[in-house]
Amino acid sequence: MSAASILSVRDLQVSFDLRPATLFGKRRRLVAVDGVGFDLAAGETLGIVGESGCGKSTLARAVLQLLPSSAGTVVWLGDDLGSLSPEEMRRRRRHMQLIFQDPLAALDPRMTVGEIIAEPLDAFEPDLGPAVRGARIAESMDLVGLNPLMINRYPHEFSGGQCQRIGIARAMILKPKLIVCDEPVSALDASIQAQIVNLLGRLQREFGLALIFISHNLSVVRHISQRILVLYLGRLVELAPAEDLFVAPRHPYTRALIAAVPVPDPLIERAKPRLVLGGDVPSPLDPPSGCAFRTRCPKAITLCAERRPETTEAGPGRLVACHRWRE
Amino acid sequence: MNAILEIEHLTTRFATPDGEVHAVSDVDLRLDAGETVGIVGESGSGKSQLFLTVMGLLAGNGRAEGSARYRGTELLGLSRGEMRRYRGRHMAMIFQDPMTSLNPHLTVGRQLTEVLNLHKGMDAAAARAAAIAMLEQVRIPDGARRMAAYPHEFSGGMRQRIMIAMALLGGPDLLIADEPTTALDVTVQAQILELLRELKASLNGAIVLITHDLGVIAGLCDRVAVMYAGRLVEEGPVEAIFAAPKHPYTQGLLAALPRVDAKQPGDLFAIPGQPPNLQRGIVGCAFAPRCHQVIDRCRAVRPLLADLGCGRRVACHRVGA
Repeated sequence: MSAASILSVRDLQVSFDLRPATLFGKRRRLVAVDGVGFDLAAGETLGIVGESGCGKSTLARAVLQLLPSSAGTVVWLGDDLGSLSPEEMRRRRRHMQLIFQDPLAALDPRMTVGEIIAEPLDAFEPDLGPAVRGARIAESMDLVGLNPLMINRYPHEFSGGQCQRIGIARAMILKPKLIVCDEPVSALDASIQAQIVNLLGRLQREFGLALIFISHNLSVVRHISQRILVLYLGRLVELAPAEDLFVAPRHPYTRALIAAVPVPDPLIERAKPRLVLGGDVPSPLDPPSGCAFRTRCPKAITLCAERRPETTEAGPGRLVACHRWRE
Repeated sequence: MNAILEIEHLTTRFATPDGEVHAVSDVDLRLDAGETVGIVGESGSGKSQLFLTVMGLLAGNGRAEGSARYRGTELLGLSRGEMRRYRGRHMAMIFQDPMTSLNPHLTVGRQLTEVLNLHKGMDAAAARAAAIAMLEQVRIPDGARRMAAYPHEFSGGMRQRIMIAMALLGGPDLLIADEPTTALDVTVQAQILELLRELKASLNGAIVLITHDLGVIAGLCDRVAVMYAGRLVEEGPVEAIFAAPKHPYTQGLLAALPRVDAKQPGDLFAIPGQPPNLQRGIVGCAFAPRCHQVIDRCRAVRPLLADLGCGRRVACHRVGA
């Protein structure tokens, strides 16, 4: 773990035992996150990208100890979170918050905006007087661009973008060190998406927040992240500084993922070389032998089916898991 | 030019318990044979309702005024039976979620051949052969065997291909695709866009691509129509509009997008505020409350679509003034 890291994840594995499909069927094991590791520095944004089912949300929840992991360690400011008692873990939660994709679904419709935003405050600082509590709620609303006069309104009276601001105000009220953002702008229209991305960027600069930003939208991730982790079928395929990843992707999957994003410029979009992957992501219940990506990889060779590629260093601050990344 | 669809002064309203919602407001749009036209706008902009109106698929509380002519025949006011004759055979629509069009209880083969029995009166053997050929055309491998499979046995991308196959079986010359790739992962989206690109080359008609993704439009469309709050605010050739958008909303939308191919320094351009509530009648320009170029006239008088030449139209008081 480097000196500046606040979070250090090593060889994390999360698996689920599934009930058999038939009475006498076999109990099946789904490995959702398979040996993933990364560090996160204070004030840094780590983007996590990958397609549906790649394990990005599961990874984030396991890091926050909201899901049990079956192997590996998560070290937060020197403490191995997996070895803490529930009370010790609870005390650390105030520094780690989570915001979700569907802002309205994440908010209790029967609570006022003020009550929603104050929830973490009431849990961790229950002895605040009403005046101080009210001031802290108003401060948090103001911080995210919500009018504090709307404190007694209900979530349904707000638009999607405003609901996401409510979620961010709730996450920010304890001034955490880390916010995990799980697809925070995916449900929002482009004009509102830009507002929320800018807001998160501003909060990060002002408060030295670290962000784990999970998204399937590579354009947004490029804009907001300093480093990016690419997942495929629960495995780390590449980890690199954001600009290095986009300018010179090393893993064939990263390359295909970037090439697949349509660019809003007709001249560039029509001229760019097409790199269309065949097939679909395999089922995580029955992953391919060796490299998980080999069934769709244009560069796959026999070795890829025989041996799982190790995660290797591929330049300063870069990791890649591919037998052929040097070529 | 050979007009396939001519939409004039089309207005669609919905009666709701909270009052009337103006989903589409006085839209004019023409589609010619051989064109692929992108319709872009944010949720609630009316982009889907415009074409649901054209297809006679409005919800029960919806009411349409104006005109929509398919090859000269007025579609608004046709009976359900008459409309059904046009749908499938002349015009077909595909949706974001293929399961809205596919019946989960019937095999794919049964659903595909049914279209051919219904619209073309084919016998079972001919319909089966045509359906298998169509599965091949949409790049579903091993079509003959997969005819016996049910929709849930296919992946999301494959289901989307089946829906496209079903839409094409009747031989329509107007294909309306409503967010066909939005629910798909980006690598699967690339496959479906590739398929639509091939279709565009082979289909002897027009394609409408409704999407919120300007990147998809940039790659596939000849013209783009930008909608905001039920109104058409800008329309014209894709290259011209992406190179120099005239309407402040189009400008803002393009500037708000982070790019996968370049790093923007600093903040993204963010259009302030929210889209308007369509339950309240909008006076003046619908975009005025969020527009940085607004003048008094914008708040009082609705700007009409004005012809700028070179096939471009824009509805803004500040353009060409």
